Amino acid sequence: MDLINLFVKSIFIENMIFAYFLGMCSYLAVSKTVKTAVGLGAAVIFVLVITVPINYLIDTYLLQAGALSWLGPEYASIDLSFLSFIMFIAVIASMVQLVEMIVEKFSPALYGSLGIFLPLIAVNCSILGGALFMQQKDFSGITEAITYGAGSGIGWFLAILAIAAIREKIAYSNVPAPLKGLGITFIITGLMAIGFMSFMGIKLEGNQEELKEKTVYESEEEKSDEASTYITNLDNE
Amino acid sequence: MSTENTSTEISKEEKKKKEMILFLSKSEEKESFLSKANRKLLSDPLDDNNPITVQVLGICSALAITVQLKPAIVMSLAVVFVMAMGNVVISLIRNLVPNRIRIIVQLVVVASLVIVVDQVLKAFLYDVSKQLSIFIGLIITNCIIMGRLEAFALGNGPWKSFLDGIGNAAGYGIILIIVAFFRELLGSGKLLGYEVLGHKGLTLEDSTGLYALGYENNGFFLLSPMALIVVGVVIWYQRSRNRKLIEEN
Repeated sequence: MDLINLFVKSIFIENMIFAYFLGMCSYLAVSKTVKTAVGLGAAVIFVLVITVPINYLIDTYLLQAGALSWLGPEYASIDLSFLSFIMFIAVIASMVQLVEMIVEKFSPALYGSLGIFLPLIAVNCSILGGALFMQQKDFSGITEAITYGAGSGIGWFLAILAIAAIREKIAYSNVPAPLKGLGITFIITGLMAIGFMSFMGIKLEGNQEELKEKTVYESEEEKSDEASTYITNLDNE
Repeated sequence: MSTENTSTEISKEEKKKKEMILFLSKSEEKESFLSKANRKLLSDPLDDNNPITVQVLGICSALAITVQLKPAIVMSLAVVFVMAMGNVVISLIRNLVPNRIRIIVQLVVVASLVIVVDQVLKAFLYDVSKQLSIFIGLIITNCIIMGRLEAFALGNGPWKSFLDGIGNAAGYGIILIIVAFFRELLGSGKLLGYEVLGHKGLTLEDSTGLYALGYENNGFFLLSPMALIVVGVVIWYQRSRNRKLIEEN
């Protein structure tokens, strides 16, 4: 149940695009036709599913405070977390290189249509953002990390698919000249984000046996939410 | 004797003048530090070639941190630092790095600079660093930085790259600050944490300023969708003023 909850939450409620604006650059640049959007979206899902768990393992067993204790008691006091940016980005860049080679080998057509944007996945904020959110959320196991990676990838995929479909249609409508292209895309994305906010109210609940664990779960959820919903905190301040 | 002296002085002065002219013309060939082209590097990204509204780079982290003015300013400064330094470093080593591995080299350079910024912020501005949360880390993948490294620093000298970095980061910062200004003003009635529209009390009698007239904050501006819409409106305004930026479709 936890996993399903996490999955749905990462797709809809904490959608990479609509809630955190991560990966906006490629989202705006590649969303002119549905076909390329699908290709890039699939690549993002793939890279996220691979990199989030790898980064989770690196974070848990190498970087966190006391993570090196498996080497021996004298290493328990080492805290390498300041290295996390550089480690995460290195993992991501090499994985993207790998994906690029695979796509080039097996689907030259897709490679041709994605063009320059495939290497840009390395600098797609949603990939590094996924890794950094994973670090903040303190997942208890690697299955949660995989679920989170898949969920946020699918959320990103849905977002770019939707905007690409809308942009294909909007070519026929009469947009004010200064708003054409980028401006209207921003505003449409804003409206879509308002739509996605309606998912915020969803709370998946377990059956009777799990209900007694619910209180524990909720406090955990609050903890993990602390970092992500800082906007509400700002409001209260 | 005296005439000779003055004539030599004059000739010396002339020589000096000539030298100055020579120097100037020579340096103009090599471009002085703030020549017209170089000033263009600084001023272009502020409007005509703005990284956010025209080049569509660096939107990822730009929007989420614009709820308040202060984090937006800190973020802009962080980006200015990272971009200027990153551009200089990459432009210095641009002839040493093989083309194949340049992206990883760029990422490593930028990531090290961002680690410096992150640690400095954690040490001196802990609250802001908490508010910016993961978005400082996301400077690494900020498309502006990679975009400018690829498009400019790899093909130009250090001083020009430095100016380009400052200019583009400033163009980014300006949009950030404009968006944050409106969101903080309309969303919470404050600027930099000061209540510029008056104090909102529990009742009308307790309130001062605009709130005494029954004004209410528009809390919607604090939510993320409004950032997108505000940027959309900024683009609308900019393009209706500067019509050559209008897109075909």
